[in-house]
Amino acid sequence: MSEFSILIGGKAGDGINSAGLTIAQVLNRIGYRVYMYFDYPSLIKGGHNFCIIRASEEKIGAYRDRCDFLLALNQDTIDLHRDLTGPETVIIFDSSRVVKADGTAIPVSDILSAENAPAIMGNSCIIGAFASAAGIGWDALETVFKRHIPKGLSENLKVAERGYRIATGKKKIKQLNTDEQPVLSGNEAIALGLCDGGLDTYIAYPMTPTSNVLHVLAGLADELGVTVVHPENEIAVMLMALGSAYAGKKTAVGTSGGGFCLMTEGFSLSGMSEVPVVVVMGQRTGPSTGVPTYTAQTDLNFMMYAGQGEFPRFIVAPGDTGEAFAWSSAAVKIAWKCQVPAVILVDKTLCEGTYSFSREMQELPEITPVQPDETRLTENGHYLRYAYTDSGISPMKFPPVKDAVIKVNGYAHDEAGITTENAEVIALMTEKRIKKQKFLEKEVFSLPCVYTGGNAGSRDALVCWGSNKGVCLEVAGKMGIRMVQPVVLSPFPKDSVNDALSGVDRCIVVEDSSTGQLPGLLACHGIPVHHTILKYDGRPFSVEGLEQKVREVL
Amino acid sequence: MPDRTLITDAQNTWCPGCGNFSIQFSLKKVLESLAEDGVPPEHVVLVSGIGCHAKIADYLSVNSFYAIHGRAIPVATGIKLANPDLTVICCSGDGDAYAEGLSHLLFAAKRNVDITVIVHNNRVYGLTTGQYTPTSPMGFRGRSTPAGTVEEPFNPLELLLASGAGFVARGYTRKMEMLQGLIREGIGHHGFACIDVLQICASYCNLTGYYDRYVYELSGHNPSVFEEACTKAREWDYNRNAPIGTGIFYRNEKKTFEDQFKRDIQRPEERKAAIRRVLESKI
Repeated sequence: MSEFSILIGGKAGDGINSAGLTIAQVLNRIGYRVYMYFDYPSLIKGGHNFCIIRASEEKIGAYRDRCDFLLALNQDTIDLHRDLTGPETVIIFDSSRVVKADGTAIPVSDILSAENAPAIMGNSCIIGAFASAAGIGWDALETVFKRHIPKGLSENLKVAERGYRIATGKKKIKQLNTDEQPVLSGNEAIALGLCDGGLDTYIAYPMTPTSNVLHVLAGLADELGVTVVHPENEIAVMLMALGSAYAGKKTAVGTSGGGFCLMTEGFSLSGMSEVPVVVVMGQRTGPSTGVPTYTAQTDLNFMMYAGQGEFPRFIVAPGDTGEAFAWSSAAVKIAWKCQVPAVILVDKTLCEGTYSFSREMQELPEITPVQPDETRLTENGHYLRYAYTDSGISPMKFPPVKDAVIKVNGYAHDEAGITTENAEVIALMTEKRIKKQKFLEKEVFSLPCVYTGGNAGSRDALVCWGSNKGVCLEVAGKMGIRMVQPVVLSPFPKDSVNDALSGVDRCIVVEDSSTGQLPGLLACHGIPVHHTILKYDGRPFSVEGLEQKVREVL
Repeated sequence: MPDRTLITDAQNTWCPGCGNFSIQFSLKKVLESLAEDGVPPEHVVLVSGIGCHAKIADYLSVNSFYAIHGRAIPVATGIKLANPDLTVICCSGDGDAYAEGLSHLLFAAKRNVDITVIVHNNRVYGLTTGQYTPTSPMGFRGRSTPAGTVEEPFNPLELLLASGAGFVARGYTRKMEMLQGLIREGIGHHGFACIDVLQICASYCNLTGYYDRYVYELSGHNPSVFEEACTKAREWDYNRNAPIGTGIFYRNEKKTFEDQFKRDIQRPEERKAAIRRVLESKI
């Protein structure tokens, strides 16, 4: 078999996410491309957590409605996922906690007591049993444990080996000869991409689904040379970021919709003061608290229009880890070059999903810093922070600069940054900010703003954004239709989207929302949408689930 | 080289008799004295909020970030964190510091970031034409409380002390020489400093007579003893008539926020190598 899926489930606190990641690494080790979906409720201990790890010869970014292996650390894993299992599913369970199941019973408690190992190592035992049932060599497992489970390695290996010995090869999977790839979560890809773009400082208040950007950067602060701060609230986050950027540090913040509500006044200040900032904005099911640990694509309109007044902004919605890395890097460069706020608009599916990271996606054309127009930079020898230029971009200096007074201002201001209420100056400075929109468009539209896949000759196209890339690409491939993903959403790459849709008769938009926000945006640009397929239960589309919906409309 | 005066050409729009003139004059004197002591003006950044006080960012010819209401302190914190060599002065109104942005004030005190906050405390919203603030006395009749407020004011000094502020002082705009001294001491203090400046609002809250009667200069007070500072801070509660001490209530240096961050400058190739190492660890 060239692709298969594993579901591992247990209580929160059982280490299900780490167990899933370990399995993903084992499959990576034997040459597969992997994708992992992690499903968990918002609680610390108890409840039911599960991961679906899917492995394939091809790059993937979605899960399927069936699993080949079910690894149960609790009874719920058996009871709640019957729709994903069938007679061919190999079931392996912890017989000390699961009372009713058919399959391979692993007496995890007994093994742990025999090895004098703590309860958290139970999942290593199950992983060992899985590897054996899947016919994966012990070497691959041992290597992964050594690389990724440094804590209590020998005990972990002992309990894994016991599980390995009990289970037998039920469903042998093919070993591939492909090279391993880094296995990254969306949050990790964003964090590393920001650093690649030259990030100096990251400031955030924890909020699912982007908390792990904060955790990853805090953990790697010394290694990556990044300053990481967690202030009192999102208002402080945004304003500290602007202070930091004013003083010359490339700074990003991270949050979700609720936190961004608090950041909007600072976001607008960024627009007016022309102090750049990058916002990592991870959507989750809303409105309000909504469903904190589940997904949605319902904040596109919010991000397009957030903040009082008019000012240009850059919004990019990467669809997998490759795009997340490349565009997070680009977002930092674009924000600083164009002196605008930039948003990396993602969601729980991408942030907390895990993907094989393909290096070929990393490269975008180089974004070179701006060469400001050399006219009117100063007046009588005085530095003008908001010097009026043809591009709208004024030279940005950071204190201290001898003989330069660097004034930024959220109030309407003149070229020197001094407050004004003069009609002519207000109009002129508004035009200067709006000119930057053109500059930003020129900059951004030279990049690959739209991703296309599937059958380029088809007259039917699935159009999606963000994390639906993976599932749409796969369904389009299976059905022989076209797939179009606008990656940049502001400024909207209308021409590129039209090019990508040229010859298309039926445009089907797929989105995790109840109203269809991308269709609204497309309509603004005169791009007709014939069908919308919407999902708003907090869960991403499965391949089969989306395929069925597409067949219903075609 | 341009002529380096400390006052810009911007037209000053404060009301005649406004206490802000004294604060601006004091700050200008302090900036001059800093320059004499080797801190050139380009190393100073002034951050302001919104309201009458904030216009000081337009009037003083130094680097400035004219921020938004209540948010001057996090901006100042971000600047100091980004470049600890800068002298960061944060002018804030009482509406900014004690209402809209109270949390930022308390957290700046808690984290001991080395900024100097000057609160232009005129105990009224001036620019929005006369509403009560957190330090207006009980019963204050403003446009939003025509029958008088029914809340007691905050004592900001107590709040600051409870939050861990290492430098807490009170000044009065009609005691300019002392005010200059307090600002200078606050800037010299290595750590968070806050000076609550009792300021006359000539249009909406002119307490000149009241302050002239009750204000006195602290003497024989030991600012290094926290309990003594608390006792002195409680002498006047911003509400009932009582002697109003001015001077340094508390001073205690400790580790600052920004000093605790590593600041290794990575070259781009070092950064790329670090990213490669992290990616390799994910295989």
